[in-house]
Amino acid sequence: MASKNLPMREALRQALMEEMRRDERVFVMGQEVGQWQGTHRVTAGFLDEFGKKRVKDTPISEMAIGGLAVGAAMAGLRPVAEFMTINFAFLALDAIVNHAAKIHYMFDGMFKVPLVFRAASGWGNQATATHSHTPEPIFAHFPGLYVACPATPADAKGMLKTAIRDENPILFTESIALYPKPGPVPEDDDFTLPIGKAEVKREGKHVTLITYARGLEWSLAAAKELAKDGVECEVVDMRWLRPLDMDTVYESFKKTNRAVVVEESLPMYSFGSEIAARLQEDMFDYMDAPIQRVTSMDVPLPYARKIELMALPDKDKVVEAVKRIV
Amino acid sequence: MAKKPTKEQMLEFYRQMVLIREFETVCDDLYSQKRITGVYMHLYSGHEASGVGALGAIEPSDHVMTAYRDHGIALARDIDANLLMAEMMGRVDGVGGGKGGSMHLASIDHNFWGGYAIVGGHLPLSAGIAFAQQYNETGAVTLSFIGDGATNNGYFHESLNMSAVWKLPIVWIIENNFVGMGTRIEDSSGQPELHKRAIAYGMKDGGRVDGQNVVEVYQSVKSAVDYAREGNGPVLIEVLTYRYKGHGVSDRSYDQRFADELKEYQENRDPITLARRYITENYKNVESQLDTFDEEAQKTVAEAVEFAENSPEPGYDELIRNVYVE
Ligand SMILES: Cc1ncc(C[n+]2csc(CCOP(=O)(O)OP(=O)(O)O)c2C)c(N)n1
Repeated sequence: MASKNLPMREALRQALMEEMRRDERVFVMGQEVGQWQGTHRVTAGFLDEFGKKRVKDTPISEMAIGGLAVGAAMAGLRPVAEFMTINFAFLALDAIVNHAAKIHYMFDGMFKVPLVFRAASGWGNQATATHSHTPEPIFAHFPGLYVACPATPADAKGMLKTAIRDENPILFTESIALYPKPGPVPEDDDFTLPIGKAEVKREGKHVTLITYARGLEWSLAAAKELAKDGVECEVVDMRWLRPLDMDTVYESFKKTNRAVVVEESLPMYSFGSEIAARLQEDMFDYMDAPIQRVTSMDVPLPYARKIELMALPDKDKVVEAVKRIV
Repeated sequence: MAKKPTKEQMLEFYRQMVLIREFETVCDDLYSQKRITGVYMHLYSGHEASGVGALGAIEPSDHVMTAYRDHGIALARDIDANLLMAEMMGRVDGVGGGKGGSMHLASIDHNFWGGYAIVGGHLPLSAGIAFAQQYNETGAVTLSFIGDGATNNGYFHESLNMSAVWKLPIVWIIENNFVGMGTRIEDSSGQPELHKRAIAYGMKDGGRVDGQNVVEVYQSVKSAVDYAREGNGPVLIEVLTYRYKGHGVSDRSYDQRFADELKEYQENRDPITLARRYITENYKNVESQLDTFDEEAQKTVAEAVEFAENSPEPGYDELIRNVYVE
């Protein structure tokens, strides 16, 4: 497949644009998606191409953005609603978890809610306590919702296209730190990636690093460094927090018998907790060392640069965690 | 102002109103006999003219959404009482397979998009339904019912404002029964004349309507629906009505607290009595027809109870189905 080197923001933009060209029912809505060209420029040029009917600038009304997308999806449209950042999606938590995620089940299949909530997540650029959340696991808690967390431009494109075509409500998170990072992106208009499928991004035999989104960058960097000492890490990029592809994790774990979970989010009741719990339930006989977790520290993110970085995970913390168990 | 309803319409309104009253009376009995169970059941008795008059003003191709006080709206939309009663009892033949219960009645075939239990949560959903009609140029109008208490959370503000900015074809109907659970309107709203909220959004103020008078409700809603259908944007109507029963089945203080007011409404402002008087004063030889409706209502509801009680309870297969669209 022919591919082109693009930053993640451009890969997302392509995916969204192609899907809007393909399907008239798809429209985007959110704060600053139109005239401003998108807070993160993912919808740059959309207003020109698709017009006001399909590119809806909204008031600063997160509850209504969330809920209106649900209603429009029920009535047959394919909304792609953007929360400027995931921090503001907290205001729409009810629309997302009590409505989007419940309606198909609560009415026993009578209604479908085929929508995508896009939300920019994380950062670590002194955005401070309220503007630096990576709460993907909170949303992944709820059955009825899928949660997508791409780590590369190609995955971002393939996963977003799949999400838009799917019949279920999907929270699609985009790491702000990854928007400018380039990578090869397939040019095919029909390039999609299956829902809930993890990918081994590096093969190895000594320890499995299980991660998603920005954690992939730290994990791959750590794996490279550890390889110099002869420690071969296998890196599993989950890509989706729900559905959670444990088969791929188990397959790797059976080979390595050791695991480190790497995530940008907080440690309590987290992705890492879930993976560790599943491994001890299902893979106890294969386990040679306690599962390690690398997460943000259990504090609100501070402003001051030095202590902000201290609180965030990085490559070195992953290296340390691996060294504790090999 | 829209024309008065025809004789046929008035007879149909009466038929629906007595059916609703009977359905609610029987539900109340069934609950005290523990044949309907659970903690939530909110009766529509006293409100009949509001739902019936309003739904009488729209077409089958139009759309309806409401909150948890939804039995009367569902019946006014002519949904089969058997299926509604089965849902009340949590049976597989219920409209939602027994998974929604009293607060979540719906029927996609009737464009009745459901009852919702998070106060205000369905308001942006209704706006989304209306948005889909505008997007697809269907010409359909959406009616969205709102409790007086629901006008005080953020969903109300965000949804009404957005509907005005986007000129959505929607009629917002506040059913003001003067109390939200146990809090009187004077104690919850700085502006207790709720229709005046329209001014804040630059939306058409549909005024305050006597909700015990089905003729008046019909005429006001019809005018509003015509206005919205012509593409002029949303309308807000305040229907003054009265709840005969406590907030829900767990509310035991209501009858005592408001005894005098309740007596006044039941004796002098009862919507069914008033409708009957209007019909007998305006049309000849209708008494026996009205009596027939009274008898039919009893028969319909008795049959519905029998149907529901003969319907099986859902099992494991129903428990796990329709979490996602497969
Ligand atoms: C967000 C939210 N807050 C509180 C409640 C609890 N609650 C259920 S009904 C209700 C009162 C609502 O009154 P109103 O909107 O006037 O409707 P009515 O019951 O009179 O039909 C409250 C507070 C809820 N279900 N959802």
